[in-house]
Amino acid sequence: MTTRSTHRALDQLRDTRVWKSIFRRGPARTNRTRSLAVFGNLFLHAMPVKVREESLRVRATYYLGSFSFFLFVILSVTGILLMLYYHPAVPMAYRDMKDLQFVVSNGVFLRNLHRLAAQAMVIAVFWHMFHVFYRGGYKPPHQFNWVVGVGLLLVTLFLSYTGYLLPWDQLAFWAITVGTNIISYVPFLGQPMRFLLLGGHQIGENALLRFYVLHIVILPLAAVILIGIHFWRVQKDGGLTVREDHERKI
Amino acid sequence: MNEKSSYEAGFGSDALKEPRRIVFITKKTSAKVKGDVGRQFMSYPQLILREAIAFELLALVLVLLSLLWDAPLEQLANPLLTPNPAKAPWYFLGLQELLHYFPPVVAGVLIPGLVIVALVVIPYFNVNIEGEPLWAKQPQRRLRIFVGGVVVLFVFFGLYHAWTVILPTAAITALALAAYFLPSGRRNFTDFLRSRPLSWWVMTWFISVAIILTVVGTFFRGPGWSWVWPWR
Repeated sequence: MTTRSTHRALDQLRDTRVWKSIFRRGPARTNRTRSLAVFGNLFLHAMPVKVREESLRVRATYYLGSFSFFLFVILSVTGILLMLYYHPAVPMAYRDMKDLQFVVSNGVFLRNLHRLAAQAMVIAVFWHMFHVFYRGGYKPPHQFNWVVGVGLLLVTLFLSYTGYLLPWDQLAFWAITVGTNIISYVPFLGQPMRFLLLGGHQIGENALLRFYVLHIVILPLAAVILIGIHFWRVQKDGGLTVREDHERKI
Repeated sequence: MNEKSSYEAGFGSDALKEPRRIVFITKKTSAKVKGDVGRQFMSYPQLILREAIAFELLALVLVLLSLLWDAPLEQLANPLLTPNPAKAPWYFLGLQELLHYFPPVVAGVLIPGLVIVALVVIPYFNVNIEGEPLWAKQPQRRLRIFVGGVVVLFVFFGLYHAWTVILPTAAITALALAAYFLPSGRRNFTDFLRSRPLSWWVMTWFISVAIILTVVGTFFRGPGWSWVWPWR
């Protein structure tokens, strides 16, 4: 009874002028208004209006792409909250970690969530790529979207890697030392590239600032743009790949 | 270009339900385009609801884990105090394991560069759209090429004593050969292996090597990158 009355109340709410002015539609009772709910909404319009039954099945995607995106959202939110307590300077950065641990309410939880989601995103993106590969999702007409996806994998790895330095503890410092030493092995360009990344010959204050700017501005911006293209192309290229042998047979 | 003559033209489905469209299907087009679309659902609410549930499940699991697990934090960074071993983040430990065996230019630049290039060009290769199994056509000729390629790989890895690479390579090779020599029959697994295309074998090899290298680098490497058992 309560659910029915809630439904009725919601329907009445959706019929009000204010609701319609915000969402540009009334209740989604017909397929026309259900379509409007998707393409008339800035945040949903990259989605298809209709989906094939086969692509809705869990094993078609395991929601791996969705999970990658959700993790990016969670990382953005927790990351912005962490920025409120962080100074990209030596040794303030490390003191801020201690503040998060002992002073800030739920600071430990916030950092745990950010770190955990970062590891999970690396795994989710890799898994998503392998799953798409085994389903043949790179085949025509999806070729270019696969390449965008490889770009997103690299951006994800660099995002995780640049974030690794920010706590400025022993773990961070030496992990980045090992990683940036690899860059210097690139023939001819190795040393200049390492210098550009670190803002010096050694990992110090400049490197921390550069990694911070990469981590919170440049790479997230690149990720957002690539994610936008990636989602948009899924729809433009005709939706997810449906495997004849898997989904058609029931 | 005699492919141009092999276009098929047709009109798609019911014009009242969906806008009419003309489709050109060449031999290179994915086979799925030719099939009908099948049953469809409205994204709102069918897809949106599922995505929302997926998001909530993910948030729930992450919050629970964050309550139970603590992000590591060590001492203040000290450039004068080098830990032994100094390890990169876990997703680069496969690379670090390679650096242990191969010269830096090979392990740090050549191999990762080749992997990225290979990933990018996958869809632009002569794609085997039908997913034709590796041993389906000219099996003997393909076996000779396959064995030749594998021997070159083994010699290369063997020269550098890179046995954590050799092990998964040998395992995948054994499976591919099993798919060739074992008779097809009652066992589902051999039938599954026999139906796999070349791309499947290459990707599965790559993934198994990457996983073994990462696990070894993460858990089995101690001071001076020597072998350690994680439970000791």
